[in-house]
Amino acid sequence: MTTAAPHIEIRNLTMAYGDYVIQRDLNFTINRGDIFVIMGGSGCGKSTLLRQMIGLVHPAAGTVLYDGEDYWAASPEQQLKRQRGFGILFQAGALWSSLTLAENVALPLQEFTDLAPDLISEVVSLKLSLVGLGGFEDFYPSEISGGMKKRAGLARAMALDPGILFFDEPSAGLDPLSSRRLDDLILELRDSLGATVVLVTHELASIFAIANNSVFLDADTRTMIAYGDPRELAEHGVDKVRTFLKRGEA
Amino acid sequence: MNFDDIPPDWRSQLAIDGSAEEPSLWLSGEWVLRAGVPRYATIAAQFSEAKRIRLGARDLQQWDSSAVNFLAGVVRDCRAREVDIDDAALPEGLRRMLALVFAVPPPPPRATAPAPGMLASVGNSALRAWRDWPAMIEFAGEILLSLGRFVTGRARYRRRDFAYLIEEVGPRALPIVSLISFLVGTILAYMGAVQLALFGASIYIADLVGIGVVREVAALMTGIILAGRTGAAYAAQIGTMQVNEEIDALRTLGVSPIDYLVLPRMMALVLMVPLLTLYAGIVGILAGMTIAVLVFDVGFYEYYNETLSALELKHFAVGLIKGTVYGGLVGFAGCLRGMQCGRSAQAVGESTTSAVVLGILLITISASVLTIVFQKLGI
Repeated sequence: MTTAAPHIEIRNLTMAYGDYVIQRDLNFTINRGDIFVIMGGSGCGKSTLLRQMIGLVHPAAGTVLYDGEDYWAASPEQQLKRQRGFGILFQAGALWSSLTLAENVALPLQEFTDLAPDLISEVVSLKLSLVGLGGFEDFYPSEISGGMKKRAGLARAMALDPGILFFDEPSAGLDPLSSRRLDDLILELRDSLGATVVLVTHELASIFAIANNSVFLDADTRTMIAYGDPRELAEHGVDKVRTFLKRGEA
Repeated sequence: MNFDDIPPDWRSQLAIDGSAEEPSLWLSGEWVLRAGVPRYATIAAQFSEAKRIRLGARDLQQWDSSAVNFLAGVVRDCRAREVDIDDAALPEGLRRMLALVFAVPPPPPRATAPAPGMLASVGNSALRAWRDWPAMIEFAGEILLSLGRFVTGRARYRRRDFAYLIEEVGPRALPIVSLISFLVGTILAYMGAVQLALFGASIYIADLVGIGVVREVAALMTGIILAGRTGAAYAAQIGTMQVNEEIDALRTLGVSPIDYLVLPRMMALVLMVPLLTLYAGIVGILAGMTIAVLVFDVGFYEYYNETLSALELKHFAVGLIKGTVYGGLVGFAGCLRGMQCGRSAQAVGESTTSAVVLGILLITISASVLTIVFQKLGI
């Protein structure tokens, strides 16, 4: 389903906290239908980059283009409209603790569609079933496990059938089987719905299992040092990236 | 059965043909959730005689989970009625999504207790409130034991944290304490002066404001300000630490959270509140003086001398004792509710609210008790 049309473009992006530059001159393109991984060692700015892509943090310089439109130059209304096309799974699920799983998933549908309550509750059950949580509609986030919270977070991220799904460390804290299941789910969603997926992760198994494109952020040089299919980078990439992708055995 | 019996709005998205026993449902056009889409439940009755339903797509363009939702409704209904389904004519993506929906069987429904009646609810609330007292007494006991460890130098806490807490409770509270005390002093002066002026006794504003503020009002206002400002902050801080398992981490290290978190906070309050109370008293007296001199034409020195002659050391002692007790109670309520906090954002909110309510309740109860005790002692 991958069609090589640029969907997201990062142009000369510089990220900084005050005067402290975390990453500079980032330039890469994510195509429609890609499963794109942002990788790098701890503290290199992966999550910060994700937060700048989804509009939570303003870049120090440069910008992000969606379908050729400059996100950071757009008006607040246009930015909001664009954000509604994003589905975001935060690291710990970020479910609203005072709402049941069904209410968590229903909220975006209630806020941004005119669907009848009956149809909303049907769609909510469907989304929860898609992530294997059918029957858990009335549970509160505090009553379910960490892995289930992640999946419920994914159901919420998919509520509005977004064109782009962002995942911040989806596999962190999951057992290998749950992690694998989540990977399969991400692949299935991309293949079936044609969504573009952007992941921040350093789980090598996930990277090789699902990603078809990636960028490597380096904490020392504070810029990207590799861009491409992670399987190719593992064989032919620069030393640092090969070492990373082969757990120090390159 | 009439296959044309599809709501007109849906005809661009859905077509039905075949026989009553073996009908076919065809999805076509655009299936986009935000636009509103057909629901199977509304047409399910038409397929009551079906033995096998064929699902397929003709000129299906864009689709999202609305199409999956419709098909999932068909599959669910067919499974319930043991009707065969043939989905071979559906696009690959739709078939895979459908498989995903039914991949994990739902868990058995949870057994839920029936909602208690009104009488039972009242009883439960009363029992909960009653059971809160032993918990409070136990917490007070733990604090006493911790104080013992502190005095004998065996309590573990960080001095730097303690200094920060002192600064947070004392100096940083000065602006709000100044403002409230000044305004309350003003109100007291006005209330008294209007009545006293009737008897030509405006000078006694000094007695009323001086004794009133120093004995009662300064301590009460400081206590209530700190319940909202510091007690709430303690409950939220410790509650959030509870949510993040930081308190469990302390316990597993063998560090008592009472020594490390609760006692420094209580002590910061107990040490700083008397000073704040004294300060609030002086600001209140200055407010009374300002009003008396500027509005009611009382002489400055007259007011000053009357205040000096009215106030005795025992008034200050009563005010400071009350302030210290209120400070301890505010710290107690904040830390108790923080330590009792559940493990969610909502629980932190509930603890914080409860800390402020409990703090003010305890202040009010102790104010009444202390006033009666001091009265009986003739102080």
